[in-house]
Amino acid sequence: MSDEGMSSVVAPATFDCRVAFGEELMELARRDRRVLAVCNDSVASSNLAAFAKELPDRFVNVGIAEQDMVGVAAGLANAGYIPFVCAGAAFLTGRALEQIKDDLAYGNWHVVLCGMSPGMSYGELGPTHHSIEDVAWLRAISNVTVIVPADPIQTRASVRWAAGADHPVYLRIGRFKVPRVTPEGAELDIERAMELRSGDDLCIMATGTMISRALEAASRLEGRRYRVRVLALATVKPLDAEALVRAASETRRVVTVEEGVVDGGMGSAVAALLSQRCPVPMRILGVPEFAPTGNPGFLLDHFGLNAVGIEAAALELLA
Amino acid sequence: MTAADDAWGHASELRRQVEAVEPGRRADLLARTAQDLRATIVRTVAGAGIGHLGGDLSVIDILTTLYFGVLRVRPDEPGWADRDRLILSKGHSAVSLYAVLARAGFMPEGLLQQFACPLSPLGAHPNRRKVPGVEANTGALGHGLPFGVGCALAARMDGSSRRVFVVLGDGELQEGSNWEAAMLAGHRRLVQLTAVVDRNGLQQGARTEDTNRLEPLADKWRSFGWEVEKVDGHDHGALLAVLTRSPADRPRCVLARTVKGKGVSFMEGRAEWHHRVPVLAQVEAALKELAG
Repeated sequence: MSDEGMSSVVAPATFDCRVAFGEELMELARRDRRVLAVCNDSVASSNLAAFAKELPDRFVNVGIAEQDMVGVAAGLANAGYIPFVCAGAAFLTGRALEQIKDDLAYGNWHVVLCGMSPGMSYGELGPTHHSIEDVAWLRAISNVTVIVPADPIQTRASVRWAAGADHPVYLRIGRFKVPRVTPEGAELDIERAMELRSGDDLCIMATGTMISRALEAASRLEGRRYRVRVLALATVKPLDAEALVRAASETRRVVTVEEGVVDGGMGSAVAALLSQRCPVPMRILGVPEFAPTGNPGFLLDHFGLNAVGIEAAALELLA
Repeated sequence: MTAADDAWGHASELRRQVEAVEPGRRADLLARTAQDLRATIVRTVAGAGIGHLGGDLSVIDILTTLYFGVLRVRPDEPGWADRDRLILSKGHSAVSLYAVLARAGFMPEGLLQQFACPLSPLGAHPNRRKVPGVEANTGALGHGLPFGVGCALAARMDGSSRRVFVVLGDGELQEGSNWEAAMLAGHRRLVQLTAVVDRNGLQQGARTEDTNRLEPLADKWRSFGWEVEKVDGHDHGALLAVLTRSPADRPRCVLARTVKGKGVSFMEGRAEWHHRVPVLAQVEAALKELAG
């Protein structure tokens, strides 16, 4: 792994959010008999083996059939169950998009879609397995809340929040190992943007895997005497509009960064909001095209989705 | 109040009448009801200037038999947790479903006049959030059976004997999602699930067999682990017999042979009446035939 973009010598501990997801879902299911796990054969990759063993009657593996899986989940919700539908994000969202739109969103059933291993975390497996479009697709559908938790703490909070919702929710559960970004003892409100670093020269708005890299970029920019604010967005839809407009009006420059498509993703959502309520110069960083072959870390660097890339975009605005 | 009174306390008036008459006369009562609902459907579609008459008229005997001879539902309590489920997968036959729901008392019959009007709860495809008694928002094809499989799995989890009926068009069986669901239902032996196929042989513009062949359809369902029954989909006695029969050891598929546009001579078996709207003279002719 390249040290470029990393200022600390000792790498912080990192976590696969699927572990926290599986543990939290298990705890939830023990307390609430309505909670089910539904999957498309992705027992191991969704970290559901313990669930299947402890609660076999509330575990539904439909086999490799995502359209059926989402329709089945709507039917289970019709009886008052709360299905957590777990599958690789690419297959869950792309393959079953019409079922998500019609069966879940238009019917407005309380089903929690759990897109596992999103972004480019499948690395060398390539664009068929990458899920860079999921946030853009799901964001376009009425009634669906879209949440991109950034670390194990946010993952657990998102699972709990989603269980208490009354409509469809999409959770993007990361596989790419991330450091903890939620401060110790922070009061976590998953619906609100969280300010992880203060500053008034520019604001970086980041989701998921990009948050730690945004913080790194802010540190580098501090070395250049710029004070950069970092906002972590867990809930991408609906946006925490007031916090984002306030940040834009106070910093006058915004860089967004996400591990997903540039067209229609979180950055597009922020641009749509700010262009109407507080237009400021922006840079929107994300994945511009299908990825070439490479491991996840390589691919993030390839597309400039690291501290150096974020710093460069910020410097364009600060120049 | 006796247990029997309690069981029928929430049922529609017509449902109770069907149950009260001697078994040999039930089919006649259902047939008269369906014929009356055909007239309602023709008037509703003609009034709105939009609809799918051909499929409405082919499926109405199936829906009438289910709602007034089979289903345990409560029009005065549509959300009753242990109700039987009816999912109309061929959502474009919404008018036939609305006509039956209105007759059953889920909504005032006068509401049918608002079908497809601006801001009406009664759209050309059903919305469960607007119409009491509608279980799923169908319209896009191939969505009802997976939903029904979920309903049947939920019934099993609940330890309930409630039943789930999914009414499918035959053309929509070309959608692969049906077969994903059929495979799971067969694998899990969802005995409480019944699929009823409105086998009118026509899709939007042509015969199913000329477009993308379905036959041998019974063999397909059997090979997916289902029991298959073939019936005349306009014979209320035959429908009643097969739909009230106790569940077997596997899910049941009823292939109901029907005629698109059934009951109106100039619509019967003609693909163009899939979504054509009759002009006034045709409405009068149709209503005259249906009254005769």
